Amino acid sequence: MNTLKEELLKDIRFVEGLNSCINCGVCTAICPAAQFYNYDPRMIADTVQKGNEAEIEQLLKGDTIWFCGECLSCKTRCPRGNTPGYIIQALRALSIETGFFIESEQGRKQLALKRTIGEHILKYGYCVYIDEIDTEMHPEQGPVWNWFKQNRTQMLERLGANYQKNGSGTLRQISKESLNDLQRIFDETDATERFEKIEKYSEQKAHELNIDSQEGKDAYFDYLHNGNNESE
Amino acid sequence: MWESYQKEIADDNYYFARSCIRQNFFPAAEELFLKIVRQELGKDIYDDARQTSCTGIAYHSGIVPMETTMTVVARQFALMTEAGYENFVCSCVTSFGIYTEMLETWKHFPEKEQETREALKRATGMTFEIPKNLVHCSDLVYKFRKEIAAKTKFRLINKQTGEPLKVVDRIGCHYAKIFPKKGIGGAEFPYVLAGMIDEWGGVQVDYPERRHCCGFGFRQYLLKSNRSYSVSNSKKKFDSMEPYHPDLIIANCPGCTFFLDRWQYVISEMEGKTYGENNYGIPVLTYEELAGLLLGYNPWDIGLQVHQVAVEPLFDKLGIEYKPEEKYLGINGLNLGNPEMPTILKSC
Repeated sequence: MNTLKEELLKDIRFVEGLNSCINCGVCTAICPAAQFYNYDPRMIADTVQKGNEAEIEQLLKGDTIWFCGECLSCKTRCPRGNTPGYIIQALRALSIETGFFIESEQGRKQLALKRTIGEHILKYGYCVYIDEIDTEMHPEQGPVWNWFKQNRTQMLERLGANYQKNGSGTLRQISKESLNDLQRIFDETDATERFEKIEKYSEQKAHELNIDSQEGKDAYFDYLHNGNNESE
Repeated sequence: MWESYQKEIADDNYYFARSCIRQNFFPAAEELFLKIVRQELGKDIYDDARQTSCTGIAYHSGIVPMETTMTVVARQFALMTEAGYENFVCSCVTSFGIYTEMLETWKHFPEKEQETREALKRATGMTFEIPKNLVHCSDLVYKFRKEIAAKTKFRLINKQTGEPLKVVDRIGCHYAKIFPKKGIGGAEFPYVLAGMIDEWGGVQVDYPERRHCCGFGFRQYLLKSNRSYSVSNSKKKFDSMEPYHPDLIIANCPGCTFFLDRWQYVISEMEGKTYGENNYGIPVLTYEELAGLLLGYNPWDIGLQVHQVAVEPLFDKLGIEYKPEEKYLGINGLNLGNPEMPTILKSC
């Protein structure tokens, strides 16, 4: 059985992301997440560089790796060509693969992401779709969104979109053939397997927390998405 | 310094890839872009019904493997190849970063390209050519900024004072922070939007947090329980730009355009704070919305009524005549009622 470090080294983002970190902290200085979360990319680079298995496992089971916003400002700045944002991507993938993601409040929220943007890709062909967005889940959309969504058939036609119709254009109906292509790519490249793992481990955690979890926007989804969590 | 970071931008014949975010939140922007490229610039651009998301938002949220995104990208290139095009232009900055990342990965790890080709073939039967030219839509508008300027009816000049308008540019992080050599002006001095501001008569606002992320953060915004990350980062930018009294913000990233518009509304509701004059916000436009306005398009035909921050104060400065009564009309003048007003942020 491979060590966690060996598993990380199979991910080319980890290979590209970590050369030799001098612990200068420039990544932390520029990092938007470090300004608002208890988050320090320098420490993460240092931990994986040292290669202590117990410490890496702690990262995979903890909240820290989920705070990065993937802006990749760190890539521009590192004087040694490291990219903590890439290291994070590899750690997150391994956290899901091992099932450790359900051990942290932040990690287990991956289920809510899988059930929204993940499923939207296979249903609509895009990560985001107007019919799925409301001001209850997205109050920041503001009153203009309520008006627009309510009048979307009229407004989208006025604005030259092709909403829910065949052919090309904004918000068109994606053909069954294209959606099938996406599904087969997901099956072929293990995205389907990752989705199944997220569901399987999440079901286990929901059961442990005594919260109902079946599918879609159920009680466990609300718990994760809205933040009715232990720390809030 | 930025002059050393230039890029090749093809002159004509583009395959166009849409954005997940822009189609929903600025639903007229992409049609406007296509109209400008085809009708104002006389170029050929193909809008394929079979294209899809690049999966970039899911990739950066950690829910799909890199190999999945690589293969979806390969399918997009296969569609381009089938359609007979070689120049790929994408509407989203996250996508631009994704396409660039996958092409760079294939360069450094040729076995990954081979694996991707095989996976795509097994899944769809398709094959693909690598694009000869990969650019973002804002690169095209930048390339043809002088041609657009020659056709504009308005300049970025305050009609009342004769002074140039002060314009904040917001370059999406994934435009050049990941691969600085792929962006005009690189990561430190990106010129893709600043070039438009300079050419169209405005002045750039150089404020301390100019390069700071808007705060999308993918999973940080997408989850309601994490969203304070997003608004906090945008607020950091607004607080930093406020002393310079910007008249307008333009952005080339779908996320930035959306967040800088909507978080002004949220901050006004949360803290009673507004950043424009007289309790208005600072209008936020995409680069093609700005081009469309200056070219004289009816603002209500290019979707400016679906912004939360009112754009009318900008029209007044530019001297653009508009019909307020047409703002919220549907097809054939059908009255669709008006949106509710925000509590603090002034709307028209």
